[in-house]
Amino acid sequence: MEHIYEKEYGCLILKMPAELDHHEAEFLKEEADQLLLKYPVRSLVFDFADTCFMDSSGIGVIIGRCKNVRFSGGYVKAIHLNDQIQRIFQLSGLKKILEVE
Amino acid sequence: MEYLRNEMKMEFLALSSNEGFARVAVGAFVAELNPTVDELADIKTAVSEAVTNCIIHGYEQKEGSIWIHCLIEGRQVEISVVDTGKGIRDVAQAREPLFTTKPELERSGMGFAFMEAFMDEVEVVSEPGKGTGVTMRKIIGEG
Ligand SMILES: Nc1ncnc2c1ncn2[C@@H]1O[C@H](COP(=O)(O)OP(=O)(O)OP(=O)(O)O)[C@@H](O)[C@H]1O
Ligand SMILES: [Mg+2]
Repeated sequence: MEHIYEKEYGCLILKMPAELDHHEAEFLKEEADQLLLKYPVRSLVFDFADTCFMDSSGIGVIIGRCKNVRFSGGYVKAIHLNDQIQRIFQLSGLKKILEVE
Repeated sequence: MEYLRNEMKMEFLALSSNEGFARVAVGAFVAELNPTVDELADIKTAVSEAVTNCIIHGYEQKEGSIWIHCLIEGRQVEISVVDTGKGIRDVAQAREPLFTTKPELERSGMGFAFMEAFMDEVEVVSEPGKGTGVTMRKIIGEG
């Protein structure tokens, strides 16, 4: 698996790829959904520490996974956003949809 | 500073693996204008949006080619991204934020909104069955 996940106490940390575009989004969605099916998750954290680029393809990844996790009562947040990704979150309204740390 | 004039053209297959290549290539070409980190991020994001649209909507993830033409004139960069895919019937509607024809692919309808936010000007020319051309302009170094 290209992306590393850490699971502790029902908390899943999804390490986002270096460049979250349409190409990477396809892999990421598949892996994330497989994992979310296997483990009932109480909280999901999108970790952008290693991510330097994100475009609109990332929005679909995040909103889609948010829906899945919240449907089962879970909590979602995003951490370690750089300036470019902050602006994408701001402009797209993602900031109003999930907590950003 | 001297008046710059430079031009670059490229053609590549409509594969998602070329999205990163396309935005990095345009970013490298624009480097002679000494863009700030933010300006470079703006350009890369806009190019990524336009190229991704050709692949997902223009060619619907089937075979095709994408052309990029970049022109530097003074402090302005002009970037055109062209496909010969299915085209857009109603361009005004397509440009509205949150409008998407592919919600089943989890598209958010923000591509054109980002191009407009990150570039100074965006022009879209499209004809159903013929293809789409998006031309974006930005002045570098306006602060
Ligand atoms: N090159 C293209 N060829 C054909 N149709 C296009 C093209 N570019 C955009 N469109 C149409 O315009 C709509 C809006 O594009 P836009 O990039 O704003 O949103 P999206 O691609 O649907 O979603 P997102 O970019 O947020 O993933 C698309 O859903 C599609 O119908
Ligand atoms: Mg798009």
